[in-house]
Amino acid sequence: MAINWFKYSAPTTFYGLAGKLIPWFALSAAILFVIGLYIGFAVAPVDAQQGEFYRIIFIHVPTSILSMFLYLVMAGYAALGLVFNTRLSAMMATAIAPTGALFAFISLWTGALWGKPMWGAWWVWDARLTSELILLFLYLGFIALHASIDDPRRADRASALLAIVGSVNVPIIYFSVKWWNTLHQGSTIKFSGTSMHVAMQQAMFTVLLACWLYAIAVVLARVRSIILERERDTVWISELPEVRS
Amino acid sequence: MSGLDIWMRENPLAYIWLGSYGVAFLIFAVEIAMVRHRRKITLQQVRLMREAEDEAGDES
Repeated sequence: MAINWFKYSAPTTFYGLAGKLIPWFALSAAILFVIGLYIGFAVAPVDAQQGEFYRIIFIHVPTSILSMFLYLVMAGYAALGLVFNTRLSAMMATAIAPTGALFAFISLWTGALWGKPMWGAWWVWDARLTSELILLFLYLGFIALHASIDDPRRADRASALLAIVGSVNVPIIYFSVKWWNTLHQGSTIKFSGTSMHVAMQQAMFTVLLACWLYAIAVVLARVRSIILERERDTVWISELPEVRS
Repeated sequence: MSGLDIWMRENPLAYIWLGSYGVAFLIFAVEIAMVRHRRKITLQQVRLMREAEDEAGDES
């Protein structure tokens, strides 16, 4: 049976679908966080060089990956909204930005906590760290620009341009450790594979999946509020059970 | 070496849990609370608008 994807690109149908999906994503994320952290702290061995401190990797790498990936997803939705003038795409881009910014902040924060015992400094103006900081500023710029324009459709178009232009920063972050001599270690996950211990890999990928599911759940919950705000004058919103009660 | 440096080297797991995982999960909790609050406020606004429209309709 073919699924009519265009049906779910309309806020009317997507609102109900998102409401049904949120509990499943949230529950799966919670379970995977517990499993991932159990493997990371109880099963994965101590690192020969870094001791226990390396265990920050299980939150640092997943949040770093998510901060970059969410930016590309946000820019993709923003571009779709700009080109096809679809309402839901712009709403999704707006909903993703705060979560992406928080992941970028957690990435920088946990990186600083890892850097202090390993490098002896909380922060260095290294290419990887600086480009990740620019990513956080791009997220904050997107949110601020969108909030500063009263007309939502104009705000969508202006912030979409910033998101699209800013997406050039994502490959710079990823390849920064190759292009420049940096204090930051090379990529943990490469297209060619990884040299990590199996238990470390399992913990990291489980937490990565948990972060991914968490981000989907939170973004869906936020986009439902945005749909309610923007479509509040429509008949279908006034007929919703939660509005009528 | 400062007091923090000595403490983190003596208690690496406490440093990791409190500093990184504790902060990360606190941020997640705050984000969830903000999303829930926004939904509550938005629903209240939409209900108020609907009630105002109903009252205006009754008066006319």
